Amino acid sequence: MEFFSPTDLLGSSPILALGLFSLIALLVNAFLKNSAGMVFYVSAVGIFVAIGCSIYTFPMNATAFSDMLLVGGYASFFSVLFLVIALFSMFIAKPYLEREQYHYGEYYVLILLATIGMVMLASSADLITAFLGIEMMSVSFYVLAGYFRGKLSSNESALKYFLLGAFATGFLLYGIALIYGTTGTTNLLRIVTMYPQPFNDPLHIIGWGLILIGFGFKVAAVPFHMWVPDVYEGAPTPVTAFMSTGGKAAAFSVFLMTFSVPMSMRDERLMTVLAVLAAASMLLGNWFGLSQTNLKRMLAYSSIAHAGYMIIGIASATPMGQQGIAFYLVSYALTNLGAFGIIAMMEKENGGNLNYEDYAGLGKRKPALAALLAMFMFSLTGIPPFAGFIGKYYLFASAVQSHMTWLAIFGVITSLFSTYYYLRIIVYMYFKEATNHEEIKLPGLTFATVILCGAGIVLFGIVPSLIFDLMKSIF
Amino acid sequence: MRARRECLACREKKVMIPLNHYLLLSAFLFSCGVLGVVVRRNAIIVFMSIELMLNAVNLSLVAFGQFLGDATGQMLVFFVMVVAAAEAAVGLAIIISLFRNKQTVNIDELNILKW
Amino acid sequence: MQSYIPIFLMIGVSAFLGIVFLVLQRFLGPHRPNPEKLSTYESGMPPVKSARERFSVKYYMVAVLFILFDIEVIFLYPWAVNFRALGLFGYVEMILFILILLVGYLYILKKGALQWD
Repeated sequence: MEFFSPTDLLGSSPILALGLFSLIALLVNAFLKNSAGMVFYVSAVGIFVAIGCSIYTFPMNATAFSDMLLVGGYASFFSVLFLVIALFSMFIAKPYLEREQYHYGEYYVLILLATIGMVMLASSADLITAFLGIEMMSVSFYVLAGYFRGKLSSNESALKYFLLGAFATGFLLYGIALIYGTTGTTNLLRIVTMYPQPFNDPLHIIGWGLILIGFGFKVAAVPFHMWVPDVYEGAPTPVTAFMSTGGKAAAFSVFLMTFSVPMSMRDERLMTVLAVLAAASMLLGNWFGLSQTNLKRMLAYSSIAHAGYMIIGIASATPMGQQGIAFYLVSYALTNLGAFGIIAMMEKENGGNLNYEDYAGLGKRKPALAALLAMFMFSLTGIPPFAGFIGKYYLFASAVQSHMTWLAIFGVITSLFSTYYYLRIIVYMYFKEATNHEEIKLPGLTFATVILCGAGIVLFGIVPSLIFDLMKSIF
Repeated sequence: MRARRECLACREKKVMIPLNHYLLLSAFLFSCGVLGVVVRRNAIIVFMSIELMLNAVNLSLVAFGQFLGDATGQMLVFFVMVVAAAEAAVGLAIIISLFRNKQTVNIDELNILKW
Repeated sequence: MQSYIPIFLMIGVSAFLGIVFLVLQRFLGPHRPNPEKLSTYESGMPPVKSARERFSVKYYMVAVLFILFDIEVIFLYPWAVNFRALGLFGYVEMILFILILLVGYLYILKKGALQWD
């Protein structure tokens, strides 16, 4: 009997490389004293190797391990995105953790383990691998959220995240069980070929509904969003940066892949449910964002709203919507990493310096930093020429294409809401006098990462074809 | 192999418990778990309720696997059990570290962050 | 419903028997207690103090680690059942799996998680 072929190993090489390097990093951490810096380098090398493997497999477009994993194309595109996010978040984390006296090697090992989960999510062609990927990612995130184990806010955020995350997993799993029961397989590629027959079974529909609840939690869509603000606020800032970009992107990659199966039926009811989910997320996310004073909390609500924008792409179920999501994820990841990088640099011990007032007069004190933060806020609002605009344009256009013009109009209106709180920070930075004159230190590594993110959103905003050309071969 | 053949025999005699009974029991247990999560305030008990939800799903999976004559369900149950163990370890560790700092595991008293 | 009748009969009979024996020993058996007989473990160690109190957090550490390594064994069962069919491939696979667990074990050993003091 043939159990596996060389294609399987090659196809799963990004996962294998990450796994190998995470084990090496763990051993280095265990056997060498004061090895956090060393673990950082080992992990970074591991991520670079995995990026190489992903790029190498990009043209393959195959499946591995009897259709359990996707190889190349879709999987590679998203894997590279997650790996870059992981790398950038490590760059943000290193100076931050050193400053907070919490610089241990375990942090990077956990980042690598979470990234394995994400890569697995993007490559999953089977509900089993999707489940394993989501758990691998989430369990690492629970630990990372509680990484400042002496700080009560970090403990609290970890416990809330853990309880609600595990709760959502239960629903996801029940959905998987029902789908398996009604089709006899957990493989997405095989379920598609059975359609439309299982679609008449109410249990099958309930199964997709339960899976939707599970994914709704992971992507932070209303009404499954209540954990987001607390967890984002309480977790260490670099962890929030990683969760809000990598975690969201990974959840969306599997959401998109999995729901392309039932959406292939173009069922009115399902489309309406998703559209309502999108509308509720956009409305409530932006609405609560208006009243926030803490920047991390504001970005948490903004993250809920952005989940809403991206669900439009799933609801519309057109290639344009799917490409829109992929592009939006890239731009959102770069923007949020940059914004959180700046927040991490500005933050003082014990969660100080996180409010709007603390950014007053930043335009004079640190012009470069203020300009970058302003750019990120413009991109989040969706103002050209930044990447956020192109992403939003594609998503709204896909809604119109699928005869859901109301959703597109709703999206534009809620975006107008959001300008208030995004641009408020710019008003503070440029038009208010500084109250706080403490010296702001800009660690080189973090600052360079933030500049890279800024360059990325300008580049992809002006030349979006760089990404859209890649996507023509994927979708 | 012999057990399997006997089981086929009992299916012919129609004394097997029908699939629906398993599914109803599983749905009932799952609902108990959800109710526990929503109603109880002790973090450990909430966590136990979540475990109950996962195990209810396991029951469904095993029943489906048996009735479809397919091993995927059983295999998934293995993974679920292992994942549940990992979650238990991480969850208990988080609860302990919270308890060390705050001396409580009541989730209503977690109020540093606005809930 | 028909098929459940034997089960209900079984439950009824066993409950009845249990109650009968409990009641009978009350009336028939001799009843001569002494302190030694009344202690928690009649022929075991004398208890030091009540068990209903907080345990040291160190127990949790060991318990948590135990759960992890205990449950991983579950993957050995399907492998052992199909050992012949899986052959060398399965063997190598399982060794890799155990090696990964070993890395985790070395980590907790080195970090001193198993040291009691």
